[in-house]
Amino acid sequence: MGGCLRVLRAGPGATIQDGGRHGYLRYGVTPAGPMDWVAFRTANSALGNDRAAAIEVSVGGLEVICEGTPLAVAFAGGAFLWRRDGVLLPQAARLLLEPGKTLAARAGDSGAFAYLAVEGGFETPVTMGSRATHTRSAMGGIEGRMLRAGDVLPAGPTERLDGASFEAMIDAPWLAREPDPFRVVLGPQDNYFTVETLSAFFEGQFTLTPVVDRMAYRFDGPDIAHARGYDIVSDGVALGAIQIAGDKKPLILMADRQPTGGYPKLGHVVRADIGRLAQMRPGETCGFRAVSVAEARAALLAREDEIAATLQCLRPLRRALTSERLFEANLIDGVVDPLDSEQTGGEFYEGKI
Amino acid sequence: MLPKPRYLPAGESALVVEFGDTIDPKIHDQVLALDAALQQAKWGGVTETVPTYRSLMIHFDPRRLTTEALADALAGLDYASALPRTRRQLWRIPACYDPPHGEDIAEVAALLGLPHERVTGLHLGARYRVYMYGFAPGFTFLGGLPNELTIPRRAVPRPPAPPGSLLIAGGQALIASCAMPTGWYGIGRTPVKMFDPRREQGFLAGIGDELCLERIDSAAFDAMSAAAEAGEFCARHEYLDET
Repeated sequence: MGGCLRVLRAGPGATIQDGGRHGYLRYGVTPAGPMDWVAFRTANSALGNDRAAAIEVSVGGLEVICEGTPLAVAFAGGAFLWRRDGVLLPQAARLLLEPGKTLAARAGDSGAFAYLAVEGGFETPVTMGSRATHTRSAMGGIEGRMLRAGDVLPAGPTERLDGASFEAMIDAPWLAREPDPFRVVLGPQDNYFTVETLSAFFEGQFTLTPVVDRMAYRFDGPDIAHARGYDIVSDGVALGAIQIAGDKKPLILMADRQPTGGYPKLGHVVRADIGRLAQMRPGETCGFRAVSVAEARAALLAREDEIAATLQCLRPLRRALTSERLFEANLIDGVVDPLDSEQTGGEFYEGKI
Repeated sequence: MLPKPRYLPAGESALVVEFGDTIDPKIHDQVLALDAALQQAKWGGVTETVPTYRSLMIHFDPRRLTTEALADALAGLDYASALPRTRRQLWRIPACYDPPHGEDIAEVAALLGLPHERVTGLHLGARYRVYMYGFAPGFTFLGGLPNELTIPRRAVPRPPAPPGSLLIAGGQALIASCAMPTGWYGIGRTPVKMFDPRREQGFLAGIGDELCLERIDSAAFDAMSAAAEAGEFCARHEYLDET
């Protein structure tokens, strides 16, 4: 038999996601897929995968154990605390996980989603061309639900044997948190708002409310009043749509968005920034900046070029233990966890290679 | 001559071609004609199209296509006479209005000042068009509801209506494919599964298809529910003659 990961513990929100369920939007089928496609693709790219099925870990965390054969795995996204058999690892890394070894993720001081990918992808059942979990319609993943303890996730075939040179941290500067405003392309219903209202939107500060899930993020901030009412005849909905309903507050539609909707959409957060937005936590604030479609496209292509170079951004785990890295590590408050005795500088990154 | 559509960006990866802002079969015909033309043209980079009441959303891969190039190509595309990929069909959907189904009939009748039988009679007698799917897989949005049944959405959503619920609100009708809390009113229920992933043909009706309802009693409802559970359509259908 091949290798698999068995779930020992899964916090709420851990799901299987791949590139998404495409081709059925016209039938009301949500594409789902990763909340932060940039982190998802980075973890997969470190293994030579394209958009293979991976585990999306939420702030609820995850613990898995390797069974069968050794597995090449990679993880990235958010400031999560990853540990192999209790030993702390970098925030983004590629490992060869031996049978019997556990891998655990806990939320750190920031970020909402991390991705655990396996070489060859997880071979959970395919529904309508995809393994992506959409819990509302009970599709994909395992029985269309979130992961839970006892779930067994078989990995695709792999021929990885060169463990010694394989383990590495993923030094991906594009995953760093940036305070910049999120870029927005106006439309299609920007004409439902006055010029003054649109300036208020782009000058305002918005706070993410606790009303967040894989479908949409609700923000609080200055009122965005409609000039022409807010009931429109339903039309299509794309990822990142900024929908303004009767409460005059932005609702940004995310991976589990419905394919059509009946509220005016002021604009769309650009694809290049949507993963960064997905990593926000309730209480955090942000602003928005208008860009042209051409700028949005250029930003997306640039981001994809960066991800395509992930393999050039791997640094061997042992050599990662430099004073510079330790210095950086000490600056990350969230890493210090008083409940964990092994968190001393000497053991940081000390993998069993 | 029909007015030119509006091209509206929805981010860098989608473009909305808007033919109007109302529910109108003439507008919807244009949406479907463009949809059919794009299905046939198979332009590189176009990944998915989504017809709605009044517009077509075109999803594309920005690595292969720009919004500008797509809008230019669309302006040069002769789609007015494009025929849909599949022939339009008429679906005869069994509908049960007897208790325990259609639990909001009394509320609707009271709000509209109509006798119960008038509410069900109007709903049953209409000829509907499938305008779009939305909200959830197989959630079928219909036009053609008689004006007398126009009722505003509830201010506060009601508890989940069961799968197969026949809902009305805002001058529209729909067939729910799964249970959900809703601001609409449930006035009947069909045993037909508009979507069943276990069936070879997962979705029953095509967008643009027509649909009418045929009354059944609750005993027939139960028998047909069991058959639908076993994978049967439980709905008769025929091709519409369009020459």
